[in-house]
Amino acid sequence: MQTNTQKPGIGKVGTKIFRQQIFIPIAALLLLAIFNLIRDPSFYKITFGYNNLGDPVLSGSLINILDYGSELAILAIGMTLVTAASGGQDISVGAAMAISGSVVLRVLCGTNTRPETLQAPIIVAFLVSCVVAMLFGAFNGVLVAYFKIQPMVATLILFTAGRSIAAWINNNELPIISDPSFGYWGGFIPGIPIPTPFFIAVACMIIIALVLRFTNLGLYTQAVGINESSSKLNGLNPAFIKFLSFVILGLCVAVTGFIKVSRFSTINYSVIAKDIEMDAILAVALGGNPLGGGKFNISASIIGAYVIQFLTTTLYALKVPSDALPAYKAVVVIILVVLSTPIVREWLNNLWKKMKSKQIKEVA
Amino acid sequence: MKRFKTKLLSVVLAATMVISLAACGNTGDAPASSSGSDGPIKVGIINNDPNESGYRTANDRDMHEMFTAENGYDASFAYSNDNDKQIEAAQKFVQDGVDYILLSAAGTAGWDSVLKDAQDAGIKVILFDRTIDASEDLYEASIVSDMAKEGQTAVDWLKGQNLSEYNIIHLQGVMGTAAQQGRTAAVDAAVASDGWNIVTQQTAEWNAEKAQQIVQSVIDSGESFNVIYAENDDMAKGAVAALDKANISHGVGKDVIIIGFDCNKWALEELLNQNWNYDGQCNPFQASYIDSIIKTIESGGTVAEKTVIMDEKGFDATTITAEDVEKYGI
Repeated sequence: MQTNTQKPGIGKVGTKIFRQQIFIPIAALLLLAIFNLIRDPSFYKITFGYNNLGDPVLSGSLINILDYGSELAILAIGMTLVTAASGGQDISVGAAMAISGSVVLRVLCGTNTRPETLQAPIIVAFLVSCVVAMLFGAFNGVLVAYFKIQPMVATLILFTAGRSIAAWINNNELPIISDPSFGYWGGFIPGIPIPTPFFIAVACMIIIALVLRFTNLGLYTQAVGINESSSKLNGLNPAFIKFLSFVILGLCVAVTGFIKVSRFSTINYSVIAKDIEMDAILAVALGGNPLGGGKFNISASIIGAYVIQFLTTTLYALKVPSDALPAYKAVVVIILVVLSTPIVREWLNNLWKKMKSKQIKEVA
Repeated sequence: MKRFKTKLLSVVLAATMVISLAACGNTGDAPASSSGSDGPIKVGIINNDPNESGYRTANDRDMHEMFTAENGYDASFAYSNDNDKQIEAAQKFVQDGVDYILLSAAGTAGWDSVLKDAQDAGIKVILFDRTIDASEDLYEASIVSDMAKEGQTAVDWLKGQNLSEYNIIHLQGVMGTAAQQGRTAAVDAAVASDGWNIVTQQTAEWNAEKAQQIVQSVIDSGESFNVIYAENDDMAKGAVAALDKANISHGVGKDVIIIGFDCNKWALEELLNQNWNYDGQCNPFQASYIDSIIKTIESGGTVAEKTVIMDEKGFDATTITAEDVEKYGI
């Protein structure tokens, strides 16, 4: 999942920057963790119990963070690649999740909205939704890579139309799946007390780590993001790399959409994954990745995603009044994002160096 | 050249977007017929996007079933959640010379001038579901749900349960919406007058997953509660998922009372299975009310009440029947 596979030539400076980049989201995480520790240590209590079906489950705030943060972490993987390659963001992921979730339900339910038994194996439904989500990703990718439209404008189309398409797929009905095995993916597999979405997220992280380790995807993406024409001169196909990043994001969307519909075994087209694109972009920004493209660090984005969920869970635990909630969140987000911008990081770095050299002088 | 190509493409793209939006806007199957006194009554219906919610889907279906050629209507439909687009649609209906404009406004402001135009053109306007900030003279009638009454009915029911103590988790809708304000007001009043204890009052923004997280955080904090008052069915479902996970019993005669709103069919089934306790109706079926008002006006009568408040029920899990589920579920 890391890109710091120490390419020769980037050398020492690169290592330093990477270290700093991942430092920011970790610092944010620690800050929230310490705040909660002081506020109420019972925040960290994890209890072992049984749910109403008699299956063992772990519960507690940390488990909730792992559970609900995992979808965002998966999305952050794809969003980081899109940001790095195209220098822009995809704002249609929430709508695309509604579409792929709707496809899953459509395949599982067939024409009946309340089937007694599943009409197709779950894996088939999942794979079909992957294909559909990748097609929609490809649609965005073509607009951005080949027609050279600003990513935010290109994805605005799907952002506007996506939820209506999702509703249309199921004839505007609300399918409900009664088969309990479908709920395992967004809940708990009987006998395993850790929420399944966390395992799915870990699997995604391992896959992307392997891809970045054994292919040149990471290097090529960076090259295209930093300077498109020079990467072209070096024999890369920038348009294809950008296109590919959107298709990969499409795959991430399918996985998260699948988890989302599995959570309640149904869908609500207008509210499912609402505003999740903003959180996904925020995760990339919190990870300290430049939003204009180029260098990226997926691990940092993933930690950024869990930081966002940590913040949400903290605010719920704080019982902030409803009308004040967005204000609280905005303040924390502004601080975190400003801290994670390269400019502020550089400034802090210089400050640190100055202080150090002063100290050395004083000692001398 | 390249730049020109890009520009051209973006123009074409923008054009297709506009066209596709327009195509979404006019799914009317209205043949162009003159509105003679003996011809069908021409109505232009401006509604919100039917995909917005189950409520809206049911509402739109109800409109389509009522305003048909068989019932003597010639109906055109326009959909948007955007107030400006709705105003444009209204202007178009005025130009088309419809007899009635039926309006469920996305926003409350900005309607004065277009409704004035309609009045000058002799077009009658009937509001349904949502009210607007405009002079009452500009419309014939307004058929609305009384959200405050819905909340009050539910709170009265809850009072009638005579619990020894009331420790409530209150899950609110999107802040500032009429449904949220009305349904919250009743609870706040009861908290002030009856000394009910609010364990937490949070907005889950109509979202099941957020509701689940909020209830889970209360369970994790170890505080006790015995009522969940969710301002829609989805949030009640999310809350119940959190209770199930923690093996806390809910429903009739169990530890926690579950209250939801909107009467989705699946929610009424939960009531029938006694997993929930109460569901308040938000009546989406305004078409018959509108129909009777139009009939009154057409026969030369006057509308007695400007504001018509619809009958809305509250269902109790101990008395609900399978027929109720079929009849009132949306």
